[in-house]
Amino acid sequence: MKTDAGTKYRKERIDRGIKARAEDIFALSSLQEMLYLLAPRAILVLGLLILPLYLGMYGKKVLINTAIFALLAMSWDFLFSVGMVSLGQALFFGVGAYIAGILHDSLKWSPLLTIPIATLGGGVICSVLLAPILRLRGVYFAMVTLALPLMFVRIIEATRIFGGTEGIHGLTSLPSVWFELYLSLAMVIAVLFFFRRLINTDYGLVLSGIRDNDQSVLRSGINIYWYKMQAVFMASAIGAFAGAFMTHAYMFVGMPAFELDYSILPIAAGVVGGTGTFAGSMLGAFILVTLSEILRGVGGVRIVFYSVLLVIFIVVVPEGIFHYLQRKYHQFERWVKVEE
Amino acid sequence: MKNNGPFLQVSNLSKRFGGVQAVDSVSFELQQGEVLGIIGPNGSGKTTLINLITGFYKPNTGKVLYQGKDITGLMPYKIADLGIVRTFQMVRPFYKLPAFKNLIIPLYSPRVKRLAGGKYGDRDAIAIDLLEEVGFERESLVPYKITSALPHGYLKRMELAQSIAMRPEMVILDELFSGLSMAELASMLPIIEKMTLEGVTIIMVEHRLKELFRIANRVMVLNHGRKIAEDIPKDVMKSEEVKKAYLGTEVT
Repeated sequence: MKTDAGTKYRKERIDRGIKARAEDIFALSSLQEMLYLLAPRAILVLGLLILPLYLGMYGKKVLINTAIFALLAMSWDFLFSVGMVSLGQALFFGVGAYIAGILHDSLKWSPLLTIPIATLGGGVICSVLLAPILRLRGVYFAMVTLALPLMFVRIIEATRIFGGTEGIHGLTSLPSVWFELYLSLAMVIAVLFFFRRLINTDYGLVLSGIRDNDQSVLRSGINIYWYKMQAVFMASAIGAFAGAFMTHAYMFVGMPAFELDYSILPIAAGVVGGTGTFAGSMLGAFILVTLSEILRGVGGVRIVFYSVLLVIFIVVVPEGIFHYLQRKYHQFERWVKVEE
Repeated sequence: MKNNGPFLQVSNLSKRFGGVQAVDSVSFELQQGEVLGIIGPNGSGKTTLINLITGFYKPNTGKVLYQGKDITGLMPYKIADLGIVRTFQMVRPFYKLPAFKNLIIPLYSPRVKRLAGGKYGDRDAIAIDLLEEVGFERESLVPYKITSALPHGYLKRMELAQSIAMRPEMVILDELFSGLSMAELASMLPIIEKMTLEGVTIIMVEHRLKELFRIANRVMVLNHGRKIAEDIPKDVMKSEEVKKAYLGTEVT
């Protein structure tokens, strides 16, 4: 509310006139509306493709790292959309990383072969590992996913398999930094659009039905555990890809692949960016990783600044930055006179 | 499926939660096409009994035979797949979606696909037809409205439509009429009557006795988890024990 020369004004928010936005039928009537819907997507894709051209070597490496966290964040967001709160993206990451490392080390297969195999193999292994706990919900599921990667670290440490505490060194890197960059960015874009499309299909509706009311889905004669398993497979395959990719990008795989960072940062990204849209968690990952790089100059108190900023994000935009931006994009505001 | 025994046979079903005997060896039988009403005071075990039959709880003892097949302790989705479909007392629809999208999940089930000869058909169109059948006026675009904008009566009808979408052989309605106005009730009764004419067997848990007694062939009364009476609607309230359960005992 503002007052100007005795007249009161209030802010009015109006939704832009594309009616069918909530449904999957888009009634596109004009070029203008088409551009309106296309613009944010085009800016994102072109932006990601052009950005690397203006970055130095260090910037490129940061961008690759960001893309990896964006993949993990979207993988977390997808599980969350199906009602599974995962605290263990590190499990997917670590399993993928080790599969690629071991295959490459023992069989000398090219990274172009080990990465796809680790992606699918990681998906299968993680699905099998999590299959017994798909019946657990909420915090119980979360605790098991948190424990599994920690357990793997200890097993590797104690039994000294897969290089033990030393890890496996001297692995072949990917052909060039450009290849690394565009492979990871292409994967981010592909996963983003795949998930966004998938969740709006009828299959996706069943998946989100499991989160909202799993009993109602059971009553409909649908085996929710089988559907959850499929969701875990997709999410873990993406996490495993990220891990396998990093194995070759770092030319090393070791116990850090199961580090807690890979579990926690994706969740923070989802919360900061906003869950359920995948674009939100991706945006969150970009913000958080960039922020952490910028703060590197601050030194030891970096983590304090980082935490404070995290809290500010969550308090100021609790719905998530992406939801906020989306709302603003689809609305326009104007001041109207208050009738008295 | 052909068998000469009862359509549904429940024998000595019991469920205990800690110190509470929620359902205490309840037995009853049901013939195909019958409508059985289940009544009883709050906490008498009606909903627990439904959860036991539909697989949401596993019974401590007892058996449920459906068309001669033992379905005790099967997973809920398997029981639904066999054709026993329930509604929930508390409606929890997808509030953010248009109303008809709420029917997509049952229409996506393997059972519907099987019965339709291996293909699903146009789910959106089928969903809108089903909603119209339960009284969502298509002309006024009610099926397309956002679910959160619908009044309670529509949500209850949607719950019914979700079970009809499964093409059930038997429907278990858990307090479908609760919270409905007389007018809404009057518009829902014909839908249920139509289902019985189509040969669907129905179990109704209800507190709205007048309406229940109009539709039910038989009524069973539960109290403290035990069956205390079972009779035709006209006579069921005459039992002394039923009067006591509903009205309490006289203070002497």
